[in-house]
Amino acid sequence: MSATTLDAAPSRLRLGLRAGMIGAVCLLAAFPVLNQLPETHALHVSDFLVSVSGKWICYAILALSLDLAWGYAGILSLGHGAFFALGGYAMGMHLMRLIGPRGVYGHPVLPDFMVFLGYRELPWYWLGFDSFAFAMLMVLLVPGMLALVLGWLCFRSRITGVYLSIITQAMTYALMLAFFRNDMGFGGNNGFTDFKELLGMPLNTGAARATLFYASLVSLVVCYLLCRWMTATKYGRVLTAIRDAESRVRFLGYDVTRHKLFAFVASAMMAGLAGALYVPQVGIINPGEFSPGNSIEAVVWVAVGGRGTLVGAVLGAFSVNGLKTWLTSAAPDLWLFVLGGLFVAVTLFLPKGLIGLLQGRGK
Amino acid sequence: MARLLAILLMLALALPARAQDAFIDALAGLGGGFGAQAEAADRLGTLGDPRAIAPMRALSDGRLLRRADGTLIIRTDGGAIEAATGAPADATGAETVRINNRVRVALRGALGKLQLVSPDAGERLAAAEAVFRSPSAENVPLLDAALARETQPRIRERMELALAASRLVATDAAQKRAGIATLGASSSPEARAILLEARAQNADLLAEIEAAVAAIDRRLAVRRAAETFFQGLSLGSVLLLAALGLAVTFGVMGVINMAHGEFVMLGAYTTFLVQQALRDIPGLAPFALPLSIPAAFLVAGLGGLLMERGLIRHLYGRPLETLLLTFGVGMMIQQAVRLAFGAQNREVTSPPWMQGTLLLPFDIPVTANRLWILLFSLAFFVLIVAAIRFTRFGLEMRAVTQRRPIAAAMGIRTGRVDALTFAFGSGIAGIAGVALSQIDNVSPNLGTGYIIDSFLVVVFGGVGSLAGTLIASFGLGLINKVLEPWAGAVLAKVFVLVAVMVFIQRRPRGLFPQKGRAAEA
Repeated sequence: MSATTLDAAPSRLRLGLRAGMIGAVCLLAAFPVLNQLPETHALHVSDFLVSVSGKWICYAILALSLDLAWGYAGILSLGHGAFFALGGYAMGMHLMRLIGPRGVYGHPVLPDFMVFLGYRELPWYWLGFDSFAFAMLMVLLVPGMLALVLGWLCFRSRITGVYLSIITQAMTYALMLAFFRNDMGFGGNNGFTDFKELLGMPLNTGAARATLFYASLVSLVVCYLLCRWMTATKYGRVLTAIRDAESRVRFLGYDVTRHKLFAFVASAMMAGLAGALYVPQVGIINPGEFSPGNSIEAVVWVAVGGRGTLVGAVLGAFSVNGLKTWLTSAAPDLWLFVLGGLFVAVTLFLPKGLIGLLQGRGK
Repeated sequence: MARLLAILLMLALALPARAQDAFIDALAGLGGGFGAQAEAADRLGTLGDPRAIAPMRALSDGRLLRRADGTLIIRTDGGAIEAATGAPADATGAETVRINNRVRVALRGALGKLQLVSPDAGERLAAAEAVFRSPSAENVPLLDAALARETQPRIRERMELALAASRLVATDAAQKRAGIATLGASSSPEARAILLEARAQNADLLAEIEAAVAAIDRRLAVRRAAETFFQGLSLGSVLLLAALGLAVTFGVMGVINMAHGEFVMLGAYTTFLVQQALRDIPGLAPFALPLSIPAAFLVAGLGGLLMERGLIRHLYGRPLETLLLTFGVGMMIQQAVRLAFGAQNREVTSPPWMQGTLLLPFDIPVTANRLWILLFSLAFFVLIVAAIRFTRFGLEMRAVTQRRPIAAAMGIRTGRVDALTFAFGSGIAGIAGVALSQIDNVSPNLGTGYIIDSFLVVVFGGVGSLAGTLIASFGLGLINKVLEPWAGAVLAKVFVLVAVMVFIQRRPRGLFPQKGRAAEA
């Protein structure tokens, strides 16, 4: 249960994991390069594998952020997909503005769906999104603000456990319903798609794909180091203590609300960043990203990998998504059974996830 | 005095006879030259006698024959009848009566008017609507005649409105006043529109018209409010059904079951299966729905029992793990049903007594199944409260949830009570599924739509309080429907979600918090 198990684990395991991680990052980093090799070459990496692993890297960042909230602060958020989607929408708004007059209707400013819906001018909340810097700021600020308000309301009145989980789920559900509406000014059912370029790069080129891939990989490493730093400091220790005995920490004089709030907001921002990196790679964002099922799936990644360990979250995101990609093409009917079965198996038999398995072997 | 009565009696007797004479007189004209035919058609149209319909239809279809003696005969599918009396007739030697375009036009007009006295109720209603929409002073005598024969209250009402609207365009001020009064006494938006339109032509009657419009507006506002109220109650009853099972498993036991919606779905599919099984058994088919109730209780209850004994019992005291595990189980149940029955909707038919629309006071249209579900949910609620309060099982259940070690010390087998309570709550979800199959699509993801709402209801009402669940479901249902007209269905829902979240801020333990030690758990 405690997060310190990994730190206290035999150093052989820690060294092994660290070596494995560095190896994995190097291997991933080589993907776009190997993609350039001729297709007949033994080491050639297909376009599909590059794009799908680019997606998984974004999922891994989401898993990391969820692990920070759930594994370390004990906040089981069933609505982290909402932060991910909000980051994605902020990025999508920037990409929509960059389409400019190249849309189907050729309007110099308004995106196609707005012309179609009869908008005369850009709604105020779309202003500024033509600037990359502003959009990136929003990618972090919008999910962060939502987490701040929701977290402040909940943590202040000491809503914890399943109540908090249900409220976060209701939040993402409400956002999904809201974003499905056409008159919200976010493209309704269809969301945003048909992006053209980002930072002057046309998106449909190999160079753009490689750039986004590396940006995601670098973000993953940075987020990992950030989480590691946060959890290893005194702040992280207090956070873990709150997870294990909230009232006791409160009686010791710590401001529980503020500690949790900081972790929750940081986590939401990270999830927003993951969404922003995800959208240009898959080329679309729609309200389906808010569906409660997505958030729950992210919880499974963390649970399978091993919550309370950062490596576990990343490992879980890659392994569950790898399994999903393979199964949904090999035996599509089976995937939901496997996903459901993973929930059951992990909670009953593998409370520490895959990392727990490794630890067991290491001892 | 007696003589006067006798005269009145004679007059009364003579009246129908005179009318009959008029009909027969006019009818004879149909057999004459084109000019006489058109004139006869006009006369028959204004007489308002339903017997005129058959001969005139026959004439326009070329099925009206004339014997040498002048008797008109209608050729029917099997033989022929006399036009005046409807008695079987001999058509030999009779020749077809010919018409021209002028007669055809006259016939069409007359038949249109006569629809007001047609033997078919639907035709009469449609004719009354048509006259109401294009009022004309000429229609007044016709409507009077039609009203004298009409017995069905719904059609009478439309005819009276049509009459009033026709009077309003008459020249006589007294007639107009009567028309305005009748229209003003109705609660129909069309009457309101006609009154507003009439303002331009009737500057002298402006005050009366305004008063009548205001009266209609008042009545419409009351009706709209009553309608919203009923819709809110109806939504509340659906929420209550969906949340009741959860109020037992989550509220009373404290076990969070994310597969609750899937038990509701299983109940709906059980209804479908029972209906399929009984379809060909004539004696039992009408009872498919009532029989589905115990069947769904058993299916979902058994599912709950297996789930509690097999999985959940290992996770007591670890709510977050329970949440994830039950979510996974729900996912598997859903996928299993999808594979077994397909992803498309399954058709569950409503029994005849649950079909159709009823009119409640204030003319609120209510679909029968919604009303039944409202009544059913209330009765069901009472039954569950009674079961928990008055049965031995209910007593043991309360004892275990309040103070487990003491209950065990008293000799209650707590494990067994846990299992049965969970099965009970799941079975209730199954019964909710039977009711929801009547108003929702029976598809594998039927349950997902209700799960978040159900949790909100239970949390809002206060965990562990069944009365709170009752009030919360009707409260949320009403709030939702009151907001809907000006916020739209989706925003109303979003607003309710936000409102519940804010409410939990002020009262974290819901509307009816449990008091005492149990609250601290």
